[in-house]
Amino acid sequence: MPGALILSQTDKRPIYVQIMDQIKQRIAAGDWVEGQPIPSIRQLAVDLQVSVITVKRAYYDLEREGVIVTQHGKGSRVSSTPGLGAQLREQELQQHLEQAARIAAQLGMAPEQLEDKLREAGDRIAENERELI
Amino acid sequence: MTALATDLAIELRGVTKKYRYFTLDNIDLKLPRGQIMGLIGANGAGKSTTIRILMGLVHQDSGAARVLGHNMPAEQVAAKWDIGFASEDMRLYDSMSLGWHMNFIRSIYPKWDAAYAQLLLKRFGLRAEQKIKGLSHGQRVKSALLLVLARKPKLLVLDEPTTGLDPVARHEILRELTSVMADEDRSILFSSHNTQDVEQISDQITFIDRGRMIDSMDKELYLDRWRRLRLEVPLGIELPALPGIIDVRREGRLAVATSNAFVPDLASAYESTGARVQRIENMTLEEIFVANVEHSREEVEV
Repeated sequence: MPGALILSQTDKRPIYVQIMDQIKQRIAAGDWVEGQPIPSIRQLAVDLQVSVITVKRAYYDLEREGVIVTQHGKGSRVSSTPGLGAQLREQELQQHLEQAARIAAQLGMAPEQLEDKLREAGDRIAENERELI
Repeated sequence: MTALATDLAIELRGVTKKYRYFTLDNIDLKLPRGQIMGLIGANGAGKSTTIRILMGLVHQDSGAARVLGHNMPAEQVAAKWDIGFASEDMRLYDSMSLGWHMNFIRSIYPKWDAAYAQLLLKRFGLRAEQKIKGLSHGQRVKSALLLVLARKPKLLVLDEPTTGLDPVARHEILRELTSVMADEDRSILFSSHNTQDVEQISDQITFIDRGRMIDSMDKELYLDRWRRLRLEVPLGIELPALPGIIDVRREGRLAVATSNAFVPDLASAYESTGARVQRIENMTLEEIFVANVEHSREEVEV
């Protein structure tokens, strides 16, 4: 199986979201480069043992987000946007930050407090890494 | 030829069959070619009757059944060359070996793929020289499936193919079924009460309960319509009845609403009453199955 994606049964998200996520990770990590052909919908469905319609849904949404391009009869490829991998990593960071901001707002925390917490978290990680060395 | 003129592998329209204590009532379903349909329902819901009608084994009282372009039951002889059917009560000869059965089927069906049959033997961990009577339940199911798969039929109809199997055997069978789909011209209809199998491999889902069809549609659209909304509602505020909400359970300040026609506006509608939407959750097919059956039974009883 080329570049097998692994789906998780304990992941609460729908299967198509997991597929989108793992394709983005491959691009973000640089394993799948801009313009590179990716498995056909039917092939990936067979490899992952999921329905064709689920993979179709994932590819459709990835195309809408500009991550991949699908041409009729020619299959799908990673979109040729320069710096796509870096963009996807940035996007992921943004999602986590928004999530943190939402929770902070629910807790009634001012933006400055959240900033402090973020700095503290960074310090803790740096400290842990020093201990490992 | 009519068999090529249609893009549907299976089409049932208004199919009804009355028994003394059970009625299969007005079943409509369509399975496009190249897709897998999972037929879900509790025991006694009417799954096997539906399958027997589309195989021509049971004759409907009214309604039309077309399978690979053939009218059933009238054209069942012509249709059956291209249909592979396996069910739990499929009879294999106990005193004969699996290999004997393979040769027998091969002598009837010219499209038998001997190399694929050998590959399936290996993948399923079966031996051709084994007598049927010595096989475990799982080995019997896999043998029956091997005998239909190696014929390379255009349509596979499988009644409960994964019931009673251990996880490894289940996995082996699901893998073979999904690999059939590499060929865009082949289709599968299978029944199951294992919703996890259906959720994983089906393109289309059909729900049957007490002889009535509750839903039949594209799986992704279907899963997408259902959501659970977790709400925090201030005491003294009553939640309004909203369209698309089929169930609300509330205790104190916390409420859980289930929607079978979710749109983001539902969340805003709740928020405008002063409630706070804590989370909007997707639901598994199993959760949907239970909620749907309870909801549709309530509707019938009202």
